[in-house]
Amino acid sequence: MLAYIVRRAFQSFVVLLVVGLVAFSMFRFVGDPIDNMLGQERTQADIERLRGELGLDLPFPVQYFKFLQGAAQGNFGVSYRQGRPVSTIIKERAPATLELALVSGVLAITVGIGLGVFTAIRRRGFAANAIMTISLVGVSLPTFLIGILLIYVFSVELNLLPSFGRGETVMIGGWSTGFLTASGLKALILPAITLGLYQMTLIMRLVRSEMLEVLRADYIRFARARGLNDRVINFRHALKNTLVPVITITGLQLGSIIAFAIITETVFQWPGVGLLFINAIQFVDIPVMAAYLMLISVMFVSINLIVDLLYYAIDPRLRTEGKTT
Amino acid sequence: MSLLTIQNLSVEFPTRRQLFTAVDKADLSVEPGEIHGLVGESGAGKSTIGAAVMGLLERPGRIASGEIMLKGEQISGLDADAMRGLRGKKISMIFQDPLTSLNPLFTVREQLTETIQAHLDLTPSEAKQRARDLIDRVGIPDPDTRMDQYPHQFSGGMRQRVVIALALCTEPDVIIADEPTTALDVSVQAQILDLIKELARERQVGVILITHDMGVIDDTTDRVTVMYAGKVVESGPTEQVMGNPQHTYTRSLIAAVPRPTIKLHRFPQISYGGRETRFAIEDLASHWPKVENDPDKPLFEIRNLTKRFLQRRGLLPWDRDYFTAVDDVSFDIQAGEVFGIVGESGSGKSTVARMIAGLHPVDDGSVTFDGKLVSDLSDKAALNAYRQDIQMIFQDPFSSLNPRMRVDEIVAEPIRHHRLMEGKAIKKRVDELLDQVGLGSGAGQKYPHEFSGGQRQRISIARALATQPRFLICDEPTSALDVSIQAQILNILKDLQEHLGLTMLFISHDLPVVRQMCDRVAVMKEGKIVELQNTDDLFASPQTSYAKELLDLMPKLDDLSTEGLNAAE
Repeated sequence: MLAYIVRRAFQSFVVLLVVGLVAFSMFRFVGDPIDNMLGQERTQADIERLRGELGLDLPFPVQYFKFLQGAAQGNFGVSYRQGRPVSTIIKERAPATLELALVSGVLAITVGIGLGVFTAIRRRGFAANAIMTISLVGVSLPTFLIGILLIYVFSVELNLLPSFGRGETVMIGGWSTGFLTASGLKALILPAITLGLYQMTLIMRLVRSEMLEVLRADYIRFARARGLNDRVINFRHALKNTLVPVITITGLQLGSIIAFAIITETVFQWPGVGLLFINAIQFVDIPVMAAYLMLISVMFVSINLIVDLLYYAIDPRLRTEGKTT
Repeated sequence: MSLLTIQNLSVEFPTRRQLFTAVDKADLSVEPGEIHGLVGESGAGKSTIGAAVMGLLERPGRIASGEIMLKGEQISGLDADAMRGLRGKKISMIFQDPLTSLNPLFTVREQLTETIQAHLDLTPSEAKQRARDLIDRVGIPDPDTRMDQYPHQFSGGMRQRVVIALALCTEPDVIIADEPTTALDVSVQAQILDLIKELARERQVGVILITHDMGVIDDTTDRVTVMYAGKVVESGPTEQVMGNPQHTYTRSLIAAVPRPTIKLHRFPQISYGGRETRFAIEDLASHWPKVENDPDKPLFEIRNLTKRFLQRRGLLPWDRDYFTAVDDVSFDIQAGEVFGIVGESGSGKSTVARMIAGLHPVDDGSVTFDGKLVSDLSDKAALNAYRQDIQMIFQDPFSSLNPRMRVDEIVAEPIRHHRLMEGKAIKKRVDELLDQVGLGSGAGQKYPHEFSGGQRQRISIARALATQPRFLICDEPTSALDVSIQAQILNILKDLQEHLGLTMLFISHDLPVVRQMCDRVAVMKEGKIVELQNTDDLFASPQTSYAKELLDLMPKLDDLSTEGLNAAE
């Protein structure tokens, strides 16, 4: 087991290195940061000097190596635009994104699994079919449109919820949280729904189809023949067996909740890392982009590792080496 | 008063077009301690009776008329909650496949205690003690450790014991065992049937034993009811029904069971219901390529064949763990003979066939076909010629045909792949093949799901014949089929072998079938050949103790009248 984790960690490390390399090879196509950093009245000498100072005249593998050197010591460089260390900036911004992702992830999983089980059990019922039809909307509407619609209905027309920002936040040991104030919680609702709706409908449809499959299995028939009640059969025997494939997809989806928070954050002007990244691209702020991309890949890689470990937790067949007696 | 009485029971499945009557006015009664056999072919309605008693009819099935009484109280028509109270408590069920009837994600103890606690008012520790006693009672050694293991850590036979323990959880009055041993090996089958017999006697439980296997009926049951197309055709004490069957169907059903004792030229077919199909293989023989086989040399020479499967992966060689599936196996197959391999599951018989067919790479040893070493066939043309010469028929007719391909495409595929013909000629050949396996050329326009298991196996045969092979590998070709269908398929194979001069490798766990089909037989155990003999000699005087044991274990129908044999011929 430990050997497995070590092996996976090593693989993850290689993945991170490759992601970084690809990222660095792309940066030169984003634009020239010097254009933005120096004003109209720049001389060729200024340009050369700044380029030299930032190390942009080096070939990209060397730039990448220098970045890695710094990153290994926890130093991700200084933002071109803000002139502050990137790690400080990300530390300020990360709580907003993580809280948003957490809320929409929990929302997507609980509501998604709940509705999935419901629509599978009441397959022929009116409510289940209505939910299935409505869920198509969730799958097919693009995120930004949902966000704008929600803002229009709940902020503009009904004036119930704020249309942008995080509301008031409270600092707890360097972590700014919006969970503890009424306005912070209110501000979370619309972005969380916007971000989680697609994942929610996806999980729901996945749980439903897996569940329908499992409910036909012999051990479910046998469980009925043993006289167990429906609640035990549906939620203990059937649901647990649907989880393995569901976890795979859900894990990947949770990764993309964080990664694709960019769009939601833009629509709601949510002060998170996604918005930071968008601004960084506009300004060709290479250190910020590099750090963000690395952060996202660490996130994906560790979610994948957790998913694989969860398989072990759920399915005993993977735990014991295939011995039968 | 009987323990369980079924009177005039009819079960209907309304479909969009018509009403399908699965069970038609069936009567049945079970006494305490009695094992009542319910026998018939698939579709006869025997499992439907079981489901009706359990209140587990699949929708839209419903009990149209009649009643089911348990100890004099009517249980048909009870509401869902009342029925659930009975299920598992008064009436239990044992399913066919022990590999799929236990939930893989829960330990045996969890599944036992949840059942016990669902019906009896016991504390967790009392329930646990009871679970332990049950595990012990059904003959699982070391119950304290085994109890906390998961189903996948048990073998098939042990799992069926767990299933039986689950059925016994709450001292039921009636147990319905639906094909409880069909998925098991013959030695395990005998143990499980003994256990069921013992428990029925000891606890005075009434058992309905649903099976299609006349041998099991003969060995195990006290009384038997024979069903055909939803109707009860005959019922009575087992010796009477088996020894002196009154109904024509019962007679031909008994006659169709392959005998281990006498070798017949053809398998007797069930003549009841006018389903017998004959077909002419002579047409096929007229343009079958004639190959001159060297009479002095065997067609296949298999030498020291070995196959190891990696069981535990490891970066370093000494971390790896191998399981030797086939261990140093050598034999010859003469041109024109049917060579049989018998053995229990896991004995490596299918692996040998797969290595010969080239589906598994050979780890060690050699396969020589027609004087040429198969591993030396390096160029594509020679390898293709070899593949064209050997074809395979698989066990499961449901998964060996691509459900998204039309039947004519399935049969035409090997011809197209080997570029044997073009255009219209392919269609003509395909129609001819389908016609000759008894499906009719119109069958080509349909998809596999429109056919029954037996018909699908005919499609497999047509596909195997498409390349005009010299050698056929049949891996348990009939073990998924009813006796009557089995007889038809085996007769086709026999005819093909005779008229086309085919050589065959026939793999089976069913000894009587092997007796009828094969010229020579190899008995395999744990990857090794323990005995290789002419079929007649093997069945008359087995040399090794293992072969003897296998022969002793097979259910016998010796004491039956041979009258049926004549009736069916």
